[in-house]
Amino acid sequence: MSLLSRIGIIVAAVLLIGSTFVPIWQIDLNAPQYPEGLTLKIYTDTLGGNVDIINGLNHYIGMKTLHTKDFIEFSVLKYIIYFFAGFSLLVAFVGNKKILYTLFSLFVLFGVVAMIDFWRWEYNYGHDLDPHAAIIVPGMAYQPPLIGFKQLLNFGAYSVPDTGGWLFVISGVLMLLVVIKELKFSKNENK
Amino acid sequence: MNNKLVLLAVSGAFAVTALQSCKPQNTSSVVSGNASVKAYVAPGKYDEVYNFLSGGFSGQMSVYGLPSGRLFRVIPVFSVDPEKGWGYSEETKPMLNTSHGFVPWDDLHHVQLSKTNGDADGRWVFGNANNTPRIARINLKTFKAEEIIELPNSAGNHSSPYLTENTEYLVAGTRFSVPPDNANGDVPINTYKQNFKGYLSFVSVGKEDGKMDIAFQLECPGVDFDLSRAGKGVSHGWFFFSCYNTEQANTLLEVNASQRDKDFIMAVNWKKAEEYIKAGKGRKEKVKYVHNVYSEATHSASSEMKTEVTILNVKDFPDLCYMMPCPKSPHGCDVDPTGEYIVGSGKLAALLPVFSFSKMLKAIESKAFDGAYDGIPVIKYEAALYGEVKKPGLGPLHTEFDGKGNAYTSMFVSSEVVKWNIKELKVIDRVPVFYSVGHLCVVEGDSKNPTGKYLIAYNKITKDRYLPTGPELCQSAQLFDISGEKMEMILDFPTIGEPHYAQAVLAEKIQKNSQKIYKIDENKHQYVTKGEKESKVVREGNKVHVYMTCVRSHFSPDNIEGIKMGDEVYFHVTNLEQDWDVPHGFAVKGAVNAELLIMPGETQTLKWTPEKPGMWPFYCTDFCSALHQEMQGYVRVSPASSNTPLVWSLGTNLPKAEEPASK
Repeated sequence: MSLLSRIGIIVAAVLLIGSTFVPIWQIDLNAPQYPEGLTLKIYTDTLGGNVDIINGLNHYIGMKTLHTKDFIEFSVLKYIIYFFAGFSLLVAFVGNKKILYTLFSLFVLFGVVAMIDFWRWEYNYGHDLDPHAAIIVPGMAYQPPLIGFKQLLNFGAYSVPDTGGWLFVISGVLMLLVVIKELKFSKNENK
Repeated sequence: MNNKLVLLAVSGAFAVTALQSCKPQNTSSVVSGNASVKAYVAPGKYDEVYNFLSGGFSGQMSVYGLPSGRLFRVIPVFSVDPEKGWGYSEETKPMLNTSHGFVPWDDLHHVQLSKTNGDADGRWVFGNANNTPRIARINLKTFKAEEIIELPNSAGNHSSPYLTENTEYLVAGTRFSVPPDNANGDVPINTYKQNFKGYLSFVSVGKEDGKMDIAFQLECPGVDFDLSRAGKGVSHGWFFFSCYNTEQANTLLEVNASQRDKDFIMAVNWKKAEEYIKAGKGRKEKVKYVHNVYSEATHSASSEMKTEVTILNVKDFPDLCYMMPCPKSPHGCDVDPTGEYIVGSGKLAALLPVFSFSKMLKAIESKAFDGAYDGIPVIKYEAALYGEVKKPGLGPLHTEFDGKGNAYTSMFVSSEVVKWNIKELKVIDRVPVFYSVGHLCVVEGDSKNPTGKYLIAYNKITKDRYLPTGPELCQSAQLFDISGEKMEMILDFPTIGEPHYAQAVLAEKIQKNSQKIYKIDENKHQYVTKGEKESKVVREGNKVHVYMTCVRSHFSPDNIEGIKMGDEVYFHVTNLEQDWDVPHGFAVKGAVNAELLIMPGETQTLKWTPEKPGMWPFYCTDFCSALHQEMQGYVRVSPASSNTPLVWSLGTNLPKAEEPASK
């Protein structure tokens, strides 16, 4: 591995650690009565933003209330990210390409699993509704979009990565660039 | 022949036109084309200025936006307000306590915004109770009255609550001189001259918390103290009080108190008074007055009876007060932004005297006196006079300033506002008002730095200004743009009660500090319920305390049984919401009481004494959500002898409902 690749991987590790200090995802909610908007901020270890207000509103449609302690993810996510940061540093230190490819494959796998997990939670919260709820609209579920915009009754929900999510994406892109560079390099070497 | 007829017709038409132009001005001639644009604030946009209006005989204070003239809020102060539970909830009842007991009404005349360095600082606004003398402090974070202090030895608390440039003191001068509280007041009224005294109270204000305390009182001759203003800048340390009835009449004052050509503006050296008090020169008097404080932490008010004031008799301290003769029963005595000029407004005078503070000091130094009035040196009129504005109008009452060297005086009798230059003493402009203006105010017009864009006239007579509503009409305010040389009327707006003085302040000084909710974690109310799980009903003898919560859209508990005749039920309702603009209301059928309006995070208590056994519904009175109509509950009241168990529930019946027997 070249020096540049090693630096790239170190930067990716630093960005990963950085992502644990800021929210990784946000869901913005807007309604006629909430011109100022409500935000749900998802950190690696907790929920932030207007959680109480959102919980208060969701009881009308019988959605379960959101509590940090209900998510096993919040107790492990941070450590998984630390693991990847550590792994990255190891790759940068050892400079072994095979380990680099393993890191990248695992990281992509983690990203995909995390998104599936996130979707699963959204699906469960959006569909597992109290049958005695005050407002029941036949056929209506309240699953927020995985990414992008969706209208849920009077609320428009807009789901996008927050700072941490973008840091995560950038470190993934960095890893990808390093992998491509190293792959090319090895091909050149083989010629 | 024909020519003559034409001539006759033409001259006739000319005569009609000439007559028309001689008619007094009416609205159409004083409102120019773009007035509506100037007063227009588009939906969703904010006003530039908060305007705090005294409610006069309503006892409350109202808050308007300018230039739109939109009413935002009526702050309950000295009168009960069943709409907001003010004076009805257990928490607010003590606010209306006085040494005479619970007083449900008063007459709020003047408002004063707190000042720092002579400018409005947007922290508090004060108001006076004219009838049963008191001063209230309203917190401008919550727009709630949080302190009321009573004033002993006083009656007709009119020259009040004017304050000094750093809100060191508020003053409260008595309009009706009376025998002091601890003297025998059961004396013939015609012994006025011997037995009646005029007291001026100096109320100190806590620098950080705004807490009020009567620092000292000045015992003055028995006259009618009308209005006052603190000196500022060069005259900081002095207070000026207008007084009438220096004839000391006690009957038919409209004639008997108008005999002297000149009454007085009394100048008080309050820094000196402070020194005398510090040196222990005051005498302590036993009196009774009540001090009420509302705590934001406990959401409850408490009353304390105080028993002593310190008094300086001004006769004994010849360098404390000086009388400046002022023509004919002066009303307003207003100090310009520099503090150098004091404008006296003799209600019956045909001129406006402007006194000079520096000339007054020189006159005192050189003892340019013209005898004494009841022991107080009288300064020679010319010795303190800067000059007179000749023929300003009829019935001058009050003056405010624009910070550009101009003064604006209200003329009650000639029903106009007159703009004049202070240095030159020349009238610049005059505009008619509809009708008979009392007070007026310029935005921050009594401060060191007025922002002279708007002037508001508060009129005493409305007559034909609005659609009629029977014999009783609203009062009217009129807004003027005074940014140009000429004053320009741009808006009429009706007001609540009868505004006397009002103050206006740039919105930015208050808007940013406005509180949205009370934090439930910081709620220290004795009967707070910090979650539905904690809600309960507790019996203590015949007192039943209901620890109730409300959240969109239910009360917890919403079914209560086991209340018995003879019980006093206290509903302590906590609003668990922590979101802006989600108040809940609470009312019980048949309660000889008002409703509660409970703000997010707040606890308020409604006392209810059931008057007969039966079923008594209660419900949320403030439309809170889509399921507001469902926010209701029942209280079952049983005879005193019954053994209905005390139970409460939400969602599940307690006791369990019996299935009706199937056929």
